[in-house]
Amino acid sequence: MTGWLVASLGTVGDGTYFGWDGFTIQSGNLIVIVVMIILFVLALVLPFPGGKRRK
Amino acid sequence: MSAHATPRPGIPADETDAHTWTGRARQWLLKKLPPDKLLPEDQPSYVASWAYVFGMGAIASLLWIIISGIVLGLNGPQWYHVSSLGSFVNSTHLWSVELFFIFMVVHLWLKFWMAAWRGGRVLTWITGVLSFVVSIVAAFTGYLLQTNFDSQWIAFEAKDALNAVGVGAWFNVANVGQLFAWHITLLPLAVGAVVVLHVLLVRVHGVAPPLEAAESDAQLLHHRPESTQSPESTESRDAVR
Ligand code: HEM
Repeated sequence: MTGWLVASLGTVGDGTYFGWDGFTIQSGNLIVIVVMIILFVLALVLPFPGGKRRK
Repeated sequence: MSAHATPRPGIPADETDAHTWTGRARQWLLKKLPPDKLLPEDQPSYVASWAYVFGMGAIASLLWIIISGIVLGLNGPQWYHVSSLGSFVNSTHLWSVELFFIFMVVHLWLKFWMAAWRGGRVLTWITGVLSFVVSIVAAFTGYLLQTNFDSQWIAFEAKDALNAVGVGAWFNVANVGQLFAWHITLLPLAVGAVVVLHVLLVRVHGVAPPLEAAESDAQLLHHRPESTQSPESTESRDAVR
């Protein structure tokens, strides 16, 4: 009983924060935003496989 | 019965056939979304770009969210918060949500810069906005179901705001049982319904031509050379398929 109670509570760390001049952002949020920007740019520049063949 | 009243199966009924709401609904649906528009054989060449893949990426992530969510719901928290297999499936549920939102936001950005609401596609854009909003509420209830200190913090930060707008009694973030119902039935059904509508609307209108497509673009006109409409409009879009 106590086993699963304790396990289900889990542990939540403080997280790592970056900040510049009064602006702070948690590492997870920053990573997600950077990944989205990279995917956006890649979607525009990478050639689509087999694209030339299509009518 | 006259031959007129009993059209042969597979032969589209003509306008005069619809005396009933079912008949009129069928004619309206067939006109809006004929089978070859619903399940097209090919797409114009400008669709062969990664920029058009992210909507499908969001759908793929959503499918895994739903499958893993069903497994989690059927096995219950004693399984997914304790056993290692349970925690693993729980984690794939969370990570597919991360992917879902990443793909959805990149999709949103791409459609924004393509101005993909052009040519009567307003409702496609609006159902997109709705799917974003409803997905955020669904994800919020999911975070609350972690039943850890993190979710307790989120719940009690949100509680005052929800009470302030007057929905606290029906959407009580301190009531895990109620939130479970929201998270595993009502909100997934809502997300699913909005996404189905969104994709059907994309099919109805066809894919928006690129901004720089000229009115005389062969791909936009070759089926209907007489067309004088702008290539962005839905009517002339027949030719875009
Ligand atoms: C649940 C999240 C969503 C899913 C599963 C989804 C799915 C799709 C799919 C499969 C397509 C067609 C393929 C493509 O262009 O990628 C599409 C098109 C479109 N989406 Fe979404 N979408 C979502 C959210 C959004 C959001 C948040 C917006 C903007 C507010 C949006 C706006 C559009 C528009 C305007 C089109 C039409 C593009 C065109 O005709 O060229 N969608 N969506």
